[in-house]
Amino acid sequence: MQRYALNILLPAAAAFIVVLSQMGALDLYVQSVIMFMAINVIMSASLNLVNGNMGEFSCGHGGFMCVGAYVGSLLSMLLFTNSKLFGAALLPGYSALVLFPLVLLGAGAAAALVGVIVAVPSFKTRGDYLAIITLAVNYMVISAIQNLDVIGGPRGLTGMRPTMSAMEDVVNLPWMMIWVLIGAFGSVALIRRYISSTYGKGVNAVCQDEIAAEIMSVDTNRIKLVTFMVSSGLAGVAGALYAHVVGYVNPGSFDILKSTEAMVMVYLGGMGSLSGSVLSAVLFTLLLEALRPLQIYKWVLVPLILILLMQFRPEGIMGNKELPDMFPRLRKYFTFK
Amino acid sequence: MKIFGRLSLLALALVLGALFLAGCSKESDTIKIGFDIPLTGDIPKVGEASKFAAEMLKEDINSKGGLEVGGKKYKLQFIYQDNESKADSAVNAALKLIEQDGVVAIVGPNSSKQAVPAGGICNERETPMISPWSTNPDTTKGRPWVFRAAFLDPFQGPVAVNFSAKQFGAKTAAVIFDIANDYSKGLADIFKAEWEKKMGAGSVVAFESHGTKDQDFSAQLTKILGAKPDFIFIPDNYNQVALIVKQAHDLGWKGPFMGSDAWGSAELMTLCGKDCVGQFFSTHYAAAGAQGDTKVFIDRYNQKYGYIPDDVAALTWDATRIVLQGIQDAGKVVADVKAERKLIRDAMANIKEFKGITGSMKFDAEGDPIKCAVVVRISEDGQFVFAESVCP
Repeated sequence: MQRYALNILLPAAAAFIVVLSQMGALDLYVQSVIMFMAINVIMSASLNLVNGNMGEFSCGHGGFMCVGAYVGSLLSMLLFTNSKLFGAALLPGYSALVLFPLVLLGAGAAAALVGVIVAVPSFKTRGDYLAIITLAVNYMVISAIQNLDVIGGPRGLTGMRPTMSAMEDVVNLPWMMIWVLIGAFGSVALIRRYISSTYGKGVNAVCQDEIAAEIMSVDTNRIKLVTFMVSSGLAGVAGALYAHVVGYVNPGSFDILKSTEAMVMVYLGGMGSLSGSVLSAVLFTLLLEALRPLQIYKWVLVPLILILLMQFRPEGIMGNKELPDMFPRLRKYFTFK
Repeated sequence: MKIFGRLSLLALALVLGALFLAGCSKESDTIKIGFDIPLTGDIPKVGEASKFAAEMLKEDINSKGGLEVGGKKYKLQFIYQDNESKADSAVNAALKLIEQDGVVAIVGPNSSKQAVPAGGICNERETPMISPWSTNPDTTKGRPWVFRAAFLDPFQGPVAVNFSAKQFGAKTAAVIFDIANDYSKGLADIFKAEWEKKMGAGSVVAFESHGTKDQDFSAQLTKILGAKPDFIFIPDNYNQVALIVKQAHDLGWKGPFMGSDAWGSAELMTLCGKDCVGQFFSTHYAAAGAQGDTKVFIDRYNQKYGYIPDDVAALTWDATRIVLQGIQDAGKVVADVKAERKLIRDAMANIKEFKGITGSMKFDAEGDPIKCAVVVRISEDGQFVFAESVCP
């Protein structure tokens, strides 16, 4: 039983947050910070897969998030809400309760598709090309949406929050919080399973020595493609959740700044450490939120903290290790296959 | 060393947690108003101007003992939350103001990309919000709790059309705009539709876009000059305006330009110099040659902070005063924040006419003001001089 302690504890903590939100013990501001935290966890964990585990350098994660945010919003508006864009809802509002994951999956699939389109040509080469290509893709996605007047262009798109209200009308629970937490836990579990699977071990092999990995019968091209697809797909899921939390998307929100934020979280947590990237996403969001009252000095303090971290702990908080590597006794309390 | 590392991590987490939860205090006899403004990010000057104007207003009222509501004086407390000029941050800032700071009303955010989502939150949480500067119709549409102090683009577009048709005797127009800027794009579209309605199809002879960080506009300008319009309409931010106007003159353009309210920054003349002299633009108020309260405001602001306030400062001043007017009109202050918010919203919606420094305004059913726009001319010494007032 002891071996399952952590496995039970984490979902229990999530359920506890939901219960507290429902009872009103957590005010909406705290709830909203927790939701952005969870979204950042998805972003950072999924980028860590490519930048950390696979050792490539992708710096356009915001672009995939943007694709997911728009596709997710459009799907949600098409299916569940009466909108100016699509007219009456295709499905009754209560069906969102069951079918909302479809929206997330659709957003993830679209972002993954864009990921594949990027990956196929860029992984033919090696080295820094991916950085340049992903950077360009980030800009291309934003420009494309800015020029699409149908979905609002630079003015942005609004009208996806009614989906959440429709769910709350049926069963009065904090649905947004539930979906965001499911998304975060699901993504982290998926990444963990992928990385520890026999197939996924190839990801780390590619990072350490691509030629050696190929000799050892790892299909490196395929591994890179699949990993990049998983990573960008999860960024799309994060985007769809983000759109529903904020209730408004505009292309400007997903520019290079968003991608940089994700990268900062990955390097803060430690490259290739899943628990590190989760921890750093939580800490980083909390830090930015807690320092809000400092206003302009926040942007002196936050970079200073990053510089100090790089000076004294260049490998990041966890530094290529997982939580149980640092606290070996933890191993007794969880099992993960 | 290892222990130290772990302990410091733990300490960091604890300190952050404490900071996060801190900041809840209650005081009676004060009225708390929140400001959701961009103090950092892309447009910190806008946040600064808003904050300065608000601080000036607060000092005015508090030095007289406070705001008088129903025979009792209440001190004002303004809480500024930085929204970093980001949509998600504006949502968090609004929620923090509503839930933790317990404000009775929110002034801001200024840009539409933050005002649209923050307006949604305020409307859901039933807190009155007034955006000083946002021009996107979505900010207030279908949201009874959200107001604004600036006129909308569908009004400003026709103002520019009618004025330039009359002033320049123009039959054809060209437009250059920023495709990545929702304000610029929206206004350009409205202008084009209005002009073609007035002058017939095809009378906008060139409709060219550029990106936000572009420095070189010669390709677009060459096309525009080749189409030989009677004037060029530039609904762009002041920093791009300076570049566009200069480059157009370099390419041999002799005709007039028409601008929009985004030109109205103290910085415009520093960047543009004599190239902008003699051009016209539509805006919220004319600083040069202002009279009455407007002049008093401008002089005091200039004396206190050392520069002529631009429109966002004046609009924040008006927006905050509309909230205060709402509080006073309600006639009483109740301790329950939710009930007080409701009182303020109802009073704000019922304001018949508000005399602000950006002109007198009434509110329509959507919470948008019906007010006059002014067209100003840039004088030889770089002042924005009143040319014409256009009322709906």
